[in-house]
Amino acid sequence: MVRRKLMGRLAPYLLVLPGWLWLVIFFVIPVIAMLSLSTQTGDLIDGFTQTFHWQNYLDGWNEYHVEFIRSVIYGAIATILCIVIGYPVAYWIAFRGGHRKSSLLFLLLLPFFVSFVIRVVSWQFMLADNGIILEPLKAIHLLPADFHILATATAVVGGLTYNFVPFMILPIYVALERIHPEVMEAAGDLYATRRAAFRRVVLPLSMPGVFAGVLLTFVPAAADYVNASILGGTDQTMIGNVIETEYFTNTNYPMASALSFILMAALLIGVFIYAKVLGTREVLDMAVA
Amino acid sequence: MITSAPEQANPVGHSAGGPPAGPTPPETATAIELVRITKRFGTGSRAVAAVDDVNLVIREGEFFSLLGPSGCGKTTTLRMIGGFEQPTGGEILLHGKDVVGTPPNKRDVNMVFQSYALFPHMSVFENVAFGLRRKAVAGSEVKRRVGEMLELVQLQGKDRRRPSQLSGGQQQRVALARALINRPRALLLDEPLAALDLKLRQTMQIELKSIQREVGITFVFVTHDQNEALTMSDRLVVMNEGHIEQVGSPREMYERPRTRFVAGFIGTSNLMTRSIASMDGTTAILECGAGERFVVRDAAALGAVPGGKIDVTVRPEKITLGTEPAGGEMCSLRATVTNVVYMGAWTQYAVRLADGAELTVFIQNATNSEDAAERGAEVWLGWDPAHSLAVAPQ
Repeated sequence: MVRRKLMGRLAPYLLVLPGWLWLVIFFVIPVIAMLSLSTQTGDLIDGFTQTFHWQNYLDGWNEYHVEFIRSVIYGAIATILCIVIGYPVAYWIAFRGGHRKSSLLFLLLLPFFVSFVIRVVSWQFMLADNGIILEPLKAIHLLPADFHILATATAVVGGLTYNFVPFMILPIYVALERIHPEVMEAAGDLYATRRAAFRRVVLPLSMPGVFAGVLLTFVPAAADYVNASILGGTDQTMIGNVIETEYFTNTNYPMASALSFILMAALLIGVFIYAKVLGTREVLDMAVA
Repeated sequence: MITSAPEQANPVGHSAGGPPAGPTPPETATAIELVRITKRFGTGSRAVAAVDDVNLVIREGEFFSLLGPSGCGKTTTLRMIGGFEQPTGGEILLHGKDVVGTPPNKRDVNMVFQSYALFPHMSVFENVAFGLRRKAVAGSEVKRRVGEMLELVQLQGKDRRRPSQLSGGQQQRVALARALINRPRALLLDEPLAALDLKLRQTMQIELKSIQREVGITFVFVTHDQNEALTMSDRLVVMNEGHIEQVGSPREMYERPRTRFVAGFIGTSNLMTRSIASMDGTTAILECGAGERFVVRDAAALGAVPGGKIDVTVRPEKITLGTEPAGGEMCSLRATVTNVVYMGAWTQYAVRLADGAELTVFIQNATNSEDAAERGAEVWLGWDPAHSLAVAPQ
């Protein structure tokens, strides 16, 4: 009797145990290990020792702040482009999609069935200086012979936008889809013009979707290194590329860890400020939805 | 209080017994007129007429209901008046002006939606103020009128709540206030009480009716609930499969249904199809057994001829039960009681006629609680010939 009661009380905790174990083993422990690594000194051959060398953080920032700032700017531009491109697409599918909604959403997700890297490499192929797009244009002298897109900021931001736009479209679509058609009719009934109905009713009600989309787009875009390394040149290095180089090429694990923490901290602080300013409730509402 | 619609001579009572959907009496102005309104969905051979060639006159200041089963076209008709659907044919006259093609925001009518359709991101105050703000009414005026409106629907002090923090009945009132504040020439209500539970629905019926009297605005009310339509309306229309069955006051609809459908849809009915033995002027004398008598007055208008068939109904409360034939001019039929259900205020009898037809009879328990007949008893049904109602077949 007592035992059964005890089991009943423990059951919820036992059920979440696998989840907690997973988080502890694959997230908490690596983060602590990385935090520890970030203040160590030494090299790969002699081994790293814990010396609480916080100087790594300062060195990292001094050496790579250009890449940090560039990552934030590229991520921000890509996010804004995602809103500009994604909102109308989401709106169209939600309100004009009719019975084809599911097919349209499937088409949107179709590129995801191809590996991320392969998709970026195909953009490299298409945008190559003498590739299938630029060569014909150069042949008929529409573009000068030395014109190029690869290894420019445009290519990198374009790549980021292309890769993350579905993460913007989906939450906005969900938010728009949840608006009852009668609510929009009510706005019209109460003398709102189409523009006023959008501004006063549809846009505010879709904002939680935009908030969620910004989070899902900005964070991975700012931390991305694949687009910059494949579509960018030496002047488009993002912080992700720096971390990758420090880790794999220079085997400077402490520096790579310190940079990762700076990036993580910066993004977390940014997200908190963002949620605070634009309303935590909406962001949380959306996360729950 | 709010005085918006033009003064009405008498918005509630009006001449009963006028021809259904007939020309408007000169003393009451027409608020809304539908002229040969048709709405087809789909194209080509698969087109379905949701509303088929409907003519309707709704008078200024009346509480008018569109009643019918789901799919009868009542909501589509309402949405065409509101401008949310465009008719495929015909004219919609709002105060004499054809509004076909005019978008909802340019029409002087407002709608209370079935889902209420409140703006979830706005406070009660901003919901109610929405229409005034779009019309750029001054801030102080908005404040005053919203206050008045919330008082009318008994929501004082709730102005800062969000719709999600209100009960269903309160949301309903916000929806009503949000539409009424614009002082529309007509208010359209699409099954606004359907989502409420029975108790609340009955309270809101009374309240809605009293608000309508207070503001004097024309209400056009869609419902599939015949009780609701009977108790609230000044006049109503029964629709079926996209066309009008009958227009009239609740009393006319109940006491003198014109079609088999109306007789069956409103109240309990004893619908029978019987053969005509002979005609006496316009009165049809129906075939009966020995000693029985069944006559239907004014049957000639429905094409009754000797030897033909006629659809006839008698309301259950008009029938009496007795041990002897009623005699005289009275209709009188022999029957067997098959079931007796005591209902408190009245007792409901199921009886079977000699030809097998099943009828229902209500006997009021006015003087004593003794049942007038037992199950299995042989009885005589009697009623005044005026209550034999000939109705048009489908």
